[in-house]
Amino acid sequence: MFAEILELLPELLRGTLMTVELTLCAAVVAITAALIAAVSKMYGPRPLRWLAIAYIEVFRGTSALVQLFWLFFVLPYFGVTLEPFAVGVVALGLNIGAYGAEVIRGSILSIDKGQWEAATALNLGRMQTLRRIILPQAFVAMIPPWGNLFIELLKGTALVSMITLGDLAFKAQQLNQNTLRTLQIFSLVLIIYLCLSLLITVLMRTLEHRVARGLLRGRAG
Amino acid sequence: MTQHDDPMLRFDKVSKRYGQHTVLDRLDFEVARNEKVAIIGPSGSGKTTLLRLLMTLESVDAGVIYVEGEPLTHMPQGERLIPASRQHLSRVRAKIGMVFQHFNLFPHMSALDNCTEAPRTVLGLSKAEASARATELLQMVGLGDKLEHYPGQLSGGQKQRVAIARALAMRPRIMLFDEVTSALDPELVGEVLKVIRQLGEEHDLTMLMVTHEMGFAREFADRVCFFDGGKMAEQGTPQEIFGAPRQERTRQFLSAVLETRS
Repeated sequence: MFAEILELLPELLRGTLMTVELTLCAAVVAITAALIAAVSKMYGPRPLRWLAIAYIEVFRGTSALVQLFWLFFVLPYFGVTLEPFAVGVVALGLNIGAYGAEVIRGSILSIDKGQWEAATALNLGRMQTLRRIILPQAFVAMIPPWGNLFIELLKGTALVSMITLGDLAFKAQQLNQNTLRTLQIFSLVLIIYLCLSLLITVLMRTLEHRVARGLLRGRAG
Repeated sequence: MTQHDDPMLRFDKVSKRYGQHTVLDRLDFEVARNEKVAIIGPSGSGKTTLLRLLMTLESVDAGVIYVEGEPLTHMPQGERLIPASRQHLSRVRAKIGMVFQHFNLFPHMSALDNCTEAPRTVLGLSKAEASARATELLQMVGLGDKLEHYPGQLSGGQKQRVAIARALAMRPRIMLFDEVTSALDPELVGEVLKVIRQLGEEHDLTMLMVTHEMGFAREFADRVCFFDGGKMAEQGTPQEIFGAPRQERTRQFLSAVLETRS
């Protein structure tokens, strides 16, 4: 049994590496898209606001798998052909970013309006206020929901096995077909996904504590 | 454009409504350079709205506010006045500073950073210049030993003094105080009023203060304005208003306030 696992593990770990890379890259896309969409929706000029709303609604309202297929199979009809990895990063990133935009918007709205008023009284512009005063405070409130989104993202990466990327789920299916050790393979895969998502939880909690400590210095004392 | 004999502030038939409710009703009001004006009156009388309009935290529904002869919320275009652009607002607003009832300090910044943030990002001061200016002001309000403290580590009175220093760091000509002692424990009111008194004595500042501290208004203000129902019901020197108010409404308000205070 142990020897079997050792035999399967290298291939699965290769898949795991792909899954981790995809998750990290898509997370960067997600955060960027979410921030731009949230700020555009809240403070942008009207056309930009509409664009942000359209983005959020389309990517929240359609299946991530269909979005992935669309970018992979339909975009080439418009003359744009992307690498499978790029398609995975963009599709998953934009999908999670649409949810993230609402998280960021909510956390910005949760900041006391007195903070905006004080900034106006000091003649800070809207973007300066957002960047220097509001977002640093909103950041703490954002961390737990973003932790959930990153876990969603991690699990969502399994979809890219449908567009030929060799991630953990893809490798598992491949191994299963070749070796027929279904029980061992999918149990291992389950454990690996679980470990990764626990890792995300721990990292986000650490980040939350660290940021909260910096922000609320002395408040308890 | 700015003439020296213009009043520092002038409200020309300024109205403000929230839905059906009129908070300020065609208000005409002037404040001279370096004048200290106390604004008193029952809640809902429009006195805080007056400060908020000046600070451009609310927009006027009708009328024009002038700062040193220059329209605040409007700008001239030919013969007419059109709503002000963001640049115009920001330029005129730079003359005004405000201190709030609930401090509104930035909780993620130390006392010093609270006072250097705007001078650096808005005025473009260097870190050293901004720090020097902020340190001097924090020393003036008696917090020279609390520069690195965060708002969460300060008492209410200390927070409000940081807020005063923060506003002064932008070198305003006009300071607005909106019930700045109302959220404080009684024993902390004195230290804040002392700082305001000192400001009035040592600096060329026009000061408008909405307050419930009648004793302070009496000894500090050049003029006291009593607001009621969106209008200025009565104004005069502290002696006139507190000694011999002409309006029945003023008399009622003062006796009610002074009764609960004593």
